[in-house]
Amino acid sequence: MPGSLAKDAVKGPPLPPDAGDFGGGGPGGRGTSRRASLTGMVVLLAAITMMFAALTSAYVVRRGMSNDWNALPLPHVLFANTAVLVASSAALELARRRLKSGRRGEFNRYWTAGTVLGMLFLLGQAYAWHELKEAGIFVATNPSSSFFYVFTAAHGIHLLGGVVALIWVSVQALRLQLGPGKRTVVEVSALYWHFLDGLWVYLMVLFLFWG
Amino acid sequence: MLLGPVVWVLTVVICYFFVAKTWWFPLPISQHGLQYDEQFLRTLVVTGIIFFAAQVALGYVIVRFRDDGRRASYLHGNNKLETLWTSATAVLFIGLVLMGTRIWAEVHWTEAPADAIPIEVLGKQFAWSFRYPGPDGKFGRTDLKLINDAGGNPFGLDDHDPAAKDDLVSASLKVPVGKPIKLILHTRDVIHNFFVRELRLKQDLVPGMEIPFHFTADKIGTYEIPCSELCGLGHFQMRSVLQVMSEADFEKWKQEQLAQK
Amino acid sequence: MSSPEVHSAHHAPTSFIGKYVFSKDHKVIGIQYYFLALFSVLLGMTLSLLMRFHMVHPDMKVGWFEKLWPTAAAGGIMTPEMYLSLMTMHGTIMVFFVLTTAPQSGFGNYFLPIQIGAEDMAFPTLNMLSFWTTFLALVVMVAAFFVQGGAPLSGWTAYPPLSGVGRISGPGEGMGQTLWIISIAIFCGASLMGAINFIATTLDLRAKGMSLMRMPLTCWTWFVTAILGLFGFAVLLAAGILLLLDRTAGTSFFIPAGLVVSDQILNHKGGSPLLWQHLFWFFGHPEVYIAILPGMGVTSQLLSTFSRKPIFGYRAMIYAILAIGFLGFLVWGHHMFMSGMSPYSAFAFSVLTMTIGVPSAIKTFNWIGTLWGGKIRFTTAMMFALGFVSLFVTGGLSGIFLGQPSLDLYFHDTYFVVGHFHMIMGVAAIFGMFAGTYYWFPKMFGRMMNETIGKIHFYLTFLGVYAIFTPMHFLGIAGNPRRYADFTNFEFMNSLMPVHTFMTHAAYFTAAVQLLFLFNLFWSLKKGAKATDNPWESTTLEWTIPSPPPFDNFGGHHPVVYHGAYEYSVPGAAKDYVMQTDPAAVSH
Repeated sequence: MPGSLAKDAVKGPPLPPDAGDFGGGGPGGRGTSRRASLTGMVVLLAAITMMFAALTSAYVVRRGMSNDWNALPLPHVLFANTAVLVASSAALELARRRLKSGRRGEFNRYWTAGTVLGMLFLLGQAYAWHELKEAGIFVATNPSSSFFYVFTAAHGIHLLGGVVALIWVSVQALRLQLGPGKRTVVEVSALYWHFLDGLWVYLMVLFLFWG
Repeated sequence: MLLGPVVWVLTVVICYFFVAKTWWFPLPISQHGLQYDEQFLRTLVVTGIIFFAAQVALGYVIVRFRDDGRRASYLHGNNKLETLWTSATAVLFIGLVLMGTRIWAEVHWTEAPADAIPIEVLGKQFAWSFRYPGPDGKFGRTDLKLINDAGGNPFGLDDHDPAAKDDLVSASLKVPVGKPIKLILHTRDVIHNFFVRELRLKQDLVPGMEIPFHFTADKIGTYEIPCSELCGLGHFQMRSVLQVMSEADFEKWKQEQLAQK
Repeated sequence: MSSPEVHSAHHAPTSFIGKYVFSKDHKVIGIQYYFLALFSVLLGMTLSLLMRFHMVHPDMKVGWFEKLWPTAAAGGIMTPEMYLSLMTMHGTIMVFFVLTTAPQSGFGNYFLPIQIGAEDMAFPTLNMLSFWTTFLALVVMVAAFFVQGGAPLSGWTAYPPLSGVGRISGPGEGMGQTLWIISIAIFCGASLMGAINFIATTLDLRAKGMSLMRMPLTCWTWFVTAILGLFGFAVLLAAGILLLLDRTAGTSFFIPAGLVVSDQILNHKGGSPLLWQHLFWFFGHPEVYIAILPGMGVTSQLLSTFSRKPIFGYRAMIYAILAIGFLGFLVWGHHMFMSGMSPYSAFAFSVLTMTIGVPSAIKTFNWIGTLWGGKIRFTTAMMFALGFVSLFVTGGLSGIFLGQPSLDLYFHDTYFVVGHFHMIMGVAAIFGMFAGTYYWFPKMFGRMMNETIGKIHFYLTFLGVYAIFTPMHFLGIAGNPRRYADFTNFEFMNSLMPVHTFMTHAAYFTAAVQLLFLFNLFWSLKKGAKATDNPWESTTLEWTIPSPPPFDNFGGHHPVVYHGAYEYSVPGAAKDYVMQTDPAAVSH
């Protein structure tokens, strides 16, 4: 965070324009848009965290306060899905580093792999829903299934948005719009994706140990 | 500039109505009610002084520091003052809440005495019902399927259960004077709120919960019970009364009810 | 948001649609928000007048009621369920589409970038999207009036089971309540987008020299409000989704087993109505500060400007804003003292609640400290700011009663509560908006508002709102419950009818006075005297540029900031104010 609470700029002589303590350097300052994009993403992730924290607290309270909670038989495909999502994150990370060092061809390959794995994850999630449905477990069957559907749907919608972003990046890459000096969109979408990856691992832990 | 006097007049008018008590609490009918009124008065005095002082000060600065050609003073603040008023308000506000805690504790942190008379309170859209356990001292079995408001069975009492057979159901809350009463609050549809002004007591009835609540009324009389949590279109009509009776009258009423069963 | 659009392709649009409808210019969006809120406040006020009418004349036939609402006012007499629909929609529209929208999204959008020296918000497209999403939310909300059964009747807090079991719990609880939840969910999305923009803009787009500790207090309040909105609306969104599922998918998050509603035994099992209340108030209490913080910012700015003095205790003010923002998330339980929540946690919540009174008191003391020794110019804007201080004190002090669980044993859900929150969250916040309007109108539209009409508007409104809302405290002391369609069923309320009648007349009067404001607003748009760049001799950046500002605010020039925001009456300076961009030395 530029600008510090510790420095009192009200008192003391005025700062010369080039002194260290200033804002983003103004709208024209170098790197402003990059920094703002990253800040915006971090703020968005904070909001998503808050939303899932609210759902988690509802989950814990609802589970603890009544005796109608039945453990949900987790579809096994979820473990495979988890592996796929972690792999997609890894692929995106490798791609991100390749772009930083200017290896665009490798970037394209890894990025595409990550995107495909992401879509595979979503298909896997749809299959998990299908399995539950076959087993006669619907959203209203039990609070455990209600929460499972809510969590997976909320996560899935966010991830779907992520896939759209990844594809958009791929298109930009194919149009040769990206490079070591133009990679904000890559950094930001990779950050989002890693977050959703971590969020999913967290949800799996929740289902496994608190299901 | 005119605003200063306007603020002063408003302040005086508002303070007048708080002192004149034109619209005020009804008299309390319990020990708790008396303690409640003391805590209210303490809070009123503290906030009243702050209210009066702050508004008068606001009016004063408006009049005193109007633009009359002086130069404004160049001042960024005063840390000593900041510390002083921060700690003063903190002590005052938190002191008040601590003083009131005893009252809250007696209502909610203590159990009803063992000899308290249990009465079940049922809220529904948009009426109150009260159930007494009868001579056996036990509340009988109820079943949702047996609920029949028109037939006088809002609780769904199961007559096959002997404990339920002697339960008394009343549309008003009748209690003997000076005896501890233990209410069990319960609703069968939405949230309602049990409120008796003269008792200075209020508690939500929450679906899925049975909330215990106790009081002792010291004055014979009839007091209204308005539902105080929005419960639907008939919320404003959801009324019953608390009848505080002499012990003899209360016993007589119970016998009459039993005889009618 | 990932597209870096801050300074790329930022050219003024030329088409009408690009300029005024789907505009990405933060100034246009700010004005759009302002007028959306103005429409909403007029709607909300009209609803409140109908409510006040019904409370005093529950059985009076009014011909045109029947024409407008053939079922809800059959025979020209308003039904109690219609009263509750009016009440629900009044609260919802005022809280979400007025108090959340105008001070933050309206003024904040317009002035945050300018006051920190940026040429736009960080994400202009997101900003545009945020406005149109809010607009959609309003359309969906108003649509609830026109569906079968009418608008919901469960209040702006929508407590389940009343709000969760569908039509059987009341006529508006069918489609109307569903639309209500959908609208709120859309609104949450819009507010989250807005919050992201505000936070990123404040952190990353400040001009050279604009350190955080030089920002105007308005910017500080918009920044902290955005953080509150970010966390609060994320939680409300989650809660809304769960409630919607309880209504439509048969889940049991909030609905317990064993309920019989309208003689039907429900299938729900094991849910908790208290869970909704916790989630709702975790949003709902910060929401109060979302409504009032920007008003505090504007008041601080104006008190300093028009008393020609630096703000008293600038740092203390910032710490108070931060403390309010932080504590605001820890006090939600004080709305639930009577809810059946653990009485031990009630104690914890009450201590925290009293603690949040301290930063509020600090602000008041600092405002009076700012005025002390000043040289007050009584502009209309200043008078509304002074009115804000008076109302804030009055409304804040009744909170000291309600924050104590012991006293809440009587006051919960009485008119005392209604009086309290209208005073502080309703009227004080609206005074902040009026102050902002009279102060910034010249900058936004290049013309001055009429000061004579403005002052008449101020005095009549100030007296009017005290006349409406002070008596509510006495009704509460007499035990009158809130959300009652009429007061004919209880003996003790009969003696209170004169108070209700008085309040109703005061409400008619105050509403009529607002026509003066509307006239002044629209007349001045066309005919007001031309405004100079800095008519109030203020120091902040928006007053360094033309009125109204050009498309990119600073005309391609990058402002550099040398001072804090409130350098008034600096000894030795040529004028009694030193602009933030003035390189002249200021010695303390």
